[in-house]
Amino acid sequence: MSEFMDIIGMPFFRRALVAAALIGFTNGFVSGFVLLRRSALSLGALSHTMLPGIVLVVLITGSLTQVGAFLGSMIAALMVGLSAMVVSRGSKIPQGTALAIFYTTAFALGRVMLDYVSTGEDLEGWLFGSILSVGDADLYVFFGIAAITLLGSSLLMRPLLLTLFEPSVAVVQGVPVRWMNYFLFTLMVMALMASFQAVGAVLSIGLLVVPGAIVAMFTNSTRWLFWGGGVIGSVGAVSAVLLSVLLNIPTGPAIVVVLGGLFLIAYLISPTSGLRKTLTSKG
Amino acid sequence: MSNSCGHSHNDGQKHELRIEGLNVSYRSELALKDISLQASCGRSLALVGPNGAGKSTLLKAIAGLVKRRSGSVTWDGKDTLKCRGGEFSYLPQHDEVNWNFPITVRGVVEMGRYPQLGAYKKFGEDDRIAVEEALEMMEMDGKLARRQISELSGGQKQRAFIARAVAQRAHVLLLDEPFSGLDHDHTANLSRLLRSLAAEDRLVIASHHDLGTLTDIFDDVMILNREVVASGSCAEAFTKENLNQAFSHRINE
Repeated sequence: MSEFMDIIGMPFFRRALVAAALIGFTNGFVSGFVLLRRSALSLGALSHTMLPGIVLVVLITGSLTQVGAFLGSMIAALMVGLSAMVVSRGSKIPQGTALAIFYTTAFALGRVMLDYVSTGEDLEGWLFGSILSVGDADLYVFFGIAAITLLGSSLLMRPLLLTLFEPSVAVVQGVPVRWMNYFLFTLMVMALMASFQAVGAVLSIGLLVVPGAIVAMFTNSTRWLFWGGGVIGSVGAVSAVLLSVLLNIPTGPAIVVVLGGLFLIAYLISPTSGLRKTLTSKG
Repeated sequence: MSNSCGHSHNDGQKHELRIEGLNVSYRSELALKDISLQASCGRSLALVGPNGAGKSTLLKAIAGLVKRRSGSVTWDGKDTLKCRGGEFSYLPQHDEVNWNFPITVRGVVEMGRYPQLGAYKKFGEDDRIAVEEALEMMEMDGKLARRQISELSGGQKQRAFIARAVAQRAHVLLLDEPFSGLDHDHTANLSRLLRSLAAEDRLVIASHHDLGTLTDIFDDVMILNREVVASGSCAEAFTKENLNQAFSHRINE
């Protein structure tokens, strides 16, 4: 136990806790949008696609910076997304299949390219996160991402919800639907980028999907969906970081395991949806 | 119901929707061919034709939602692609709606007020009245208004979405199969509503599949099968020959 207290007192660990709180909040907040957009599957593709994008930028520039990582992942995501769209339009292959082909190929390429990169980051860190090694500069970036997410989506909440609900009607009503979709895409890429650091390429989608799903078990209010998602993401990530030290398990996976466990509990106890709903509607 | 779209008809001049030589294609196939139409407010127009005739596409083209290959669609002299201030309200067939969206019936109808409110304006007394009236007209007020949309039957969903279109108090209503899913009483109710909207100097354009009720509800009809088969007042255009011509393709297929 005293060892635990020692670790908690260390600066790197305090940074990790702050990072977990910020990343968890951002991802939890955005997970509300993911849920309403029903886009979890394509986001899984997106998160894997980010790996080669980031690795490529590191290969070209020689160093890993947040701006570089953002641009790299954005470009890679756009390329894979657009390619899948073009291929599925011009052939019999469904878009989901095309997307799966492109993102797994991209991810595999990224893994191959990793061998040529020397950033001091090991494979484990790329794939499953390394929140314990975040620096002060990273914290400012995470804070910035959280602030942009909160401010932007609060200012645009009304047109965003109309876009998510029924885009064709929103267009006719004068909502700039295309810009709202760009904005949502940017929010999701930024959130993924932040969680890339915390839980890595493979698990980042969990952080961006689970909190909203937990809250949706208990509320019918969109406001609660976003804020509740933020709180759950934050609390879940922070407690997972603490747990990971206490139990001596890897931090990234611990975050997703904790969130997955919370979802299971939510599913079991939710009065309005989940298991109890399923049982009562059958009986 | 007051006319809140900012247009007055004091000078006796009607606003006009004008379509000229409209062609729309999906991939390489022509979905609409050389469509022309003139319709002014104060009228109601039914679009009739077999499946795949292009009724939904024509409504989308008027709303500015599909690309035109050629031709023009103007409202009051202005390209409808630029009419984004709430002049038009549009009721699609709701294939793209996420039915698990956490929103109540009232919430859906309140969305109809976006053109008046924009992103920031506070929901005011006018908006509240417009929403309440629309809910009452579609008999979705009271308890039903507080229901989540996931809990509604098909007909109730349809009524909620019509209420949203009505709450917008638009000048032109573009309704894609507004009667689908409605039972007998609500069909009669909606018929009355559409007639009263036209009587209020709005322009109602709706695709409609029930040929038996059409002439009771609508002033004008356009019989469509990718191209215009016949168009005009119901008395002129809604004839057996025209319908046969439009629907005969279905037999050949």
